[in-house]
Amino acid sequence: MSGFAQNTFNGLVSGAFYALLALGLAVIFGMLRVVNFAHGAFYMLGAFGAYVLLSEAGVPFWAALVIMPVGLGLLGMALERAVIHRLTKLDPLYNFLLTFGLTLILQDLVKLRYGVQSSPYETPSLLSGSVDFGLFDFPTYRVFILGFAVLLCVAVWWVLTRTRIGMVVRAATERPDLTRAFGIDVGRWVTPVFGFGIGLAGLAGVLAAPMRAVNPLMGADLIIVVFAVVVIGGLGSIFGSVAAGFGIGLVQAWGEAYLSNFPLVSQTIVFVVMAGVLLWRPAGLFGREEAPA
Amino acid sequence: MRRTMGVAAASAVVVLAAGCGGGGPQSSGDQKLTGDKIVLGVLNDQSGAYSELSGKNSVAAVEMAIADFTAKYGDKAVTTDITVETADHQNKPDVANSKAQEMYDRKGVDLILDVPTSSAALKVADVAKEKKKLYFNIGAATTDLTGKSCNKYTFHYAYDTYMLANGTGKTTTEQIGKNWYILYPNYAFGQDMEKSFSTAITAAGGTVVGKDGAPFPNTSGDFSTFLLKAPNLNPKPDVLGTMQAGAELVNVVKQYNEFKLRDKGVGLAVGLMFLTDIHSLTPAALAGTTYTDAWYWNFDAKNREFADRFQQKAGTRPTFAHAANYSAALQYLEAVQAAGTDDADAVVKGLEGKTVEDVFLRNGKIRAEDHRVVHDAYLAQVKPQSEVAEPWDYVKVLKTIPAAEAFRAPSADCKL
Repeated sequence: MSGFAQNTFNGLVSGAFYALLALGLAVIFGMLRVVNFAHGAFYMLGAFGAYVLLSEAGVPFWAALVIMPVGLGLLGMALERAVIHRLTKLDPLYNFLLTFGLTLILQDLVKLRYGVQSSPYETPSLLSGSVDFGLFDFPTYRVFILGFAVLLCVAVWWVLTRTRIGMVVRAATERPDLTRAFGIDVGRWVTPVFGFGIGLAGLAGVLAAPMRAVNPLMGADLIIVVFAVVVIGGLGSIFGSVAAGFGIGLVQAWGEAYLSNFPLVSQTIVFVVMAGVLLWRPAGLFGREEAPA
Repeated sequence: MRRTMGVAAASAVVVLAAGCGGGGPQSSGDQKLTGDKIVLGVLNDQSGAYSELSGKNSVAAVEMAIADFTAKYGDKAVTTDITVETADHQNKPDVANSKAQEMYDRKGVDLILDVPTSSAALKVADVAKEKKKLYFNIGAATTDLTGKSCNKYTFHYAYDTYMLANGTGKTTTEQIGKNWYILYPNYAFGQDMEKSFSTAITAAGGTVVGKDGAPFPNTSGDFSTFLLKAPNLNPKPDVLGTMQAGAELVNVVKQYNEFKLRDKGVGLAVGLMFLTDIHSLTPAALAGTTYTDAWYWNFDAKNREFADRFQQKAGTRPTFAHAANYSAALQYLEAVQAAGTDDADAVVKGLEGKTVEDVFLRNGKIRAEDHRVVHDAYLAQVKPQSEVAEPWDYVKVLKTIPAAEAFRAPSADCKL
């Protein structure tokens, strides 16, 4: 029983990363109709930024947790203004290629400067112990990640459903033309939303630094699963991406724990689930059936 | 397109340069060297996962060997015209295959060195056999190079999966703990390592109480399922043996520390680890971990002297792969010097059965039966941070594994 609880907890922690990344992808896709392939690269930059701040300027984890998302968010906004918005009127494939190219450039720039070996990053001392849950104990850092991610998702949900900005973003996501017809300037929200999505990816990166290998390819490995998560949740569905993120984390953890005699199954389970969902509900679990205008 | 043109232009330059050299006044004819010179080819990973543990610094090591050889023989050297060609095989077998052919055919390379990644290494062995040119593999781990894929022109120089498993599996079982839990990446290398370790552990009187193949590549980066399982197995394992490499190894170790398995009485043994891996994880994260090393830079004064010279040239301390590349280039040049020719068959004849001693090869012998180069290996343990006295001095050698025990007996599968 305690084994099951531990595996479930771990699944949720992995899921927290998927949820944060998928949430960013979902708001960006909803607002801009851009499938941001560079999301993994920004996640990597978040982790690398935290490492560089600590090792070269002595900036601690807590400060990096604020600096990196804000800094990368601003960088994302600049990028949106400079290149991405120029391609939004064309076939989505163009932006897909553009962001893919950006990924390669960012990865190689980091590789050029810091090499391919993973860089060390220690767990902040405040969170390096473990929490006793009676049945089992769990690393404090993981508890922190889960709590932080859940809090953040709830906050985003609150902003989107309870504030005027959220209403505009949701309306623009679902019916951009109709929203414009009401005299709302959708365009001015596009850039901040893109920056916000990128900021979330950077934040996930900072959170990952103490527990994952920090190297130029860390985002490239993860982003494939995150795309599967977004597809399962329903492209552009904010709630769907978060739910699917945590769900896929659980499925992976349980698969590894209880299907370890069938390595082929536990390795491919995410994509099997994705295929199943697409057959059953082509728009994803929480997506709308109709194609966006 | 641009890349193709670049390659074409570069090839044209090489061809022109070779053409001019061949017809020029250098061809004296009294030395039996093809093109009157020796060309060493370093074929390895120069931008990917293995570029730091070998990569460009292996080229630096080979250049050191050339300088030392030239200084030693001076005017009596078989030639002073020794150059290095390098290429990036990107760890891809098909790229390795075509680059090796290009090196032997068009760049006049007499010996190909290094070639990490087993699948790529085996391809190059086939090319060496076909072209009847020499090949010293350093970077790859597969025992097939001296097993079913062995051939007359291929030598396996530094290490292999048997050496790693035998050293770490056997000695750790005898000295640290008998019960093992093995975690391996579920693909050819990991499965090979798991089998070799299980055999070595059982032979030493230990037990593998559990083993799991983790997904490879592990896209989630999470190994906690396995790490949580380990301390709860019955009987409880004394040692977690991880066969992961590179970034996956980093993930396993970070999470091993997160779950405080060492405090729970589960030690850590690593299948394959390089000095650069310890550097990126920091010794604090790995303190107490045991693994088998083919060579360690601060083992004795002789190694240290080499490491100091290497640092002057490359700006960092050498891994065992760097030292092995140096040694391999040097031993090849010595063999050409002794034979008076770079004719591959004559050089092979001189190398087979030869006993060698240099900074890398201690009690070294080039086995005639399968072309395995055997030498002393070392069981190493990562020091606690408090004992690290200088940068890169991360391990202490627990035991020297004698050359005769470190490697497997010649395999019946190998017919040269």
